[in-house]
Amino acid sequence: MLNFQPDKEAKETIQVLDRFRLIKMRRVIRGIPWIPVAILFLFLFCGIFGSYITPNDPMKTNLKAAKTPPFWQKGGSTKYLLGTDSFGRDILSRIIKGAAISLQVGFAVVVFAGALGAMIALLSGYLGGWVDAVLMRITDMFLSMPYLMIAIALAAVLGPSKHNIILIMAILGWAGYARVLRGEVLRIKGADFIKLAIVARAGKARIMLRHIFPNIVNTLVVLATLQLGIVIIMESSLSFLGLGVPPPEPAWGSMVADGRIMMFTAWWISTWPGIAILLVVLSCNLLGDWLRVRLDPKFRQL
Amino acid sequence: MFLLAHLSGDPALLMASPDAKPEDIEALRVLLGLKKPLHVQFWLFISKAVQGDFGTSIRWGKPCLEVWLTRFPNTLLLGGAAITFTLLIGIPTGILSAVRAGGWFDNFGKAFALAGQSMPVFWVGIMLMLLFSVILRWLPTSGMGSWQHLLMPAFTLGWYFTAAITRLSRSAMLDILDSEYIKMARIKGVPEILVILKHGFRNAMIPVVTLAALNIVTLLNGTVITETVFNWPGIGRLIVDSIFARDYPMVQTCVLVSSALFIFTNLIVDILYAYIDPRIKYQ
Repeated sequence: MLNFQPDKEAKETIQVLDRFRLIKMRRVIRGIPWIPVAILFLFLFCGIFGSYITPNDPMKTNLKAAKTPPFWQKGGSTKYLLGTDSFGRDILSRIIKGAAISLQVGFAVVVFAGALGAMIALLSGYLGGWVDAVLMRITDMFLSMPYLMIAIALAAVLGPSKHNIILIMAILGWAGYARVLRGEVLRIKGADFIKLAIVARAGKARIMLRHIFPNIVNTLVVLATLQLGIVIIMESSLSFLGLGVPPPEPAWGSMVADGRIMMFTAWWISTWPGIAILLVVLSCNLLGDWLRVRLDPKFRQL
Repeated sequence: MFLLAHLSGDPALLMASPDAKPEDIEALRVLLGLKKPLHVQFWLFISKAVQGDFGTSIRWGKPCLEVWLTRFPNTLLLGGAAITFTLLIGIPTGILSAVRAGGWFDNFGKAFALAGQSMPVFWVGIMLMLLFSVILRWLPTSGMGSWQHLLMPAFTLGWYFTAAITRLSRSAMLDILDSEYIKMARIKGVPEILVILKHGFRNAMIPVVTLAALNIVTLLNGTVITETVFNWPGIGRLIVDSIFARDYPMVQTCVLVSSALFIFTNLIVDILYAYIDPRIKYQ
């Protein structure tokens, strides 16, 4: 008599596999750096719903309440939790509103620069030959430029506006992606499945987009997360110099600049927006580092 | 760069006083060569630039290169001080972190480097001013003069660089401490402090020094912000000031000369790299 029950065996196997999957899931969830993620979501929320949740109108000036200190200091009021600037505008509201600018610019630049960089990496790495030589020399050129100086000059010339800032930083920011991703493309190019795709007469465009691109997405995401922080710092630097998003809009960098002259009398004007930048960028960096370890074991040594 | 500079507005209008007559403005345009077609202006600019003539600064009324040269030593001084700061702080921190890897000092250093890299330079500068000039009243807020004026700008400029150097010297030292000859030295009974300083330190410094040299040029980026924050009369502030004065020959000169310097230094360091570290060979 055979005592073999295929259904039961299979069911048990599936159960065991499910349990493994569950354990793995749990480990991933436990590993997620929750604090940075929460901070990023908070600012994202502020960026999207900023206009609805600000306690005061971020643009409204109130000279009677100018330079009100934060609420715990003498003379502060709970109406303006973090104090007001020299025009009596509420700093907390302006920080909430300013999140939209920093994040919009950050995401837009990362998307454009990442797309351009990935495209150049695919063309350069897969096609090789003179295409590779030309594209990589251009990449080297972009990498060896003093980018901030050039961004400043370009911003001055094109005129300070949100679209120009995005354009400038995307144009100056793709080279890093291209350099790293090209290496990835070269590595994947030698794999067997690419050879099989060639044998199956897949076109070059198809191989690049359907076979190679999905394999470099992980690296792309890691690079993009890390670049998001850098872009936000650069955007705020340009705003600080007065070359970012123009004044009545509350950009974090220009808020810091506003407080610079008032430092002796009102420390809070410069301090808070800087802390907002610090929190967002730190979160991006932590998340990027975590993703790097998770998605790309090769980078663990770095 | 040149073409874009022309889109930013008519410099003749900016230079002339508000109540100037239209024919005066016209005369000024002729004087500045703004009436010639764009491609002719461009050709004139390039051919003169190669000969070292970058035109005359609209705001200063002096040759651009001359203005650039008077400001450059200040930037050089600031950069030198920043590098000194960086190496003095970064290398010891990195080595201590590596020697006690995983200890509290290491973790503290890591956290500090991570937080440091997430702060915008201008904010760091302002916070330093707040602490040392406003609250403690130890240092002057801005300007140039005594050595006290140099401390905060140099520290601010070296801020990012310090984190990089710390991480680099930590990982280099960790690699070295793991090697066979360090184990050999320990087996021989060499005191630990000598193992670290004599056998470890010397070898760990090879990649640190070369990469420090490679990264020196990135300091140039930071000068624009740092010099603006601290009112330091160097190239960085010259660019920003010239931008707001629409002094486009000056902006052009600064960006061109500084970029050329930047790329040239990169090249020199790349070549020297192979000499400093004989293990690296270019094909």
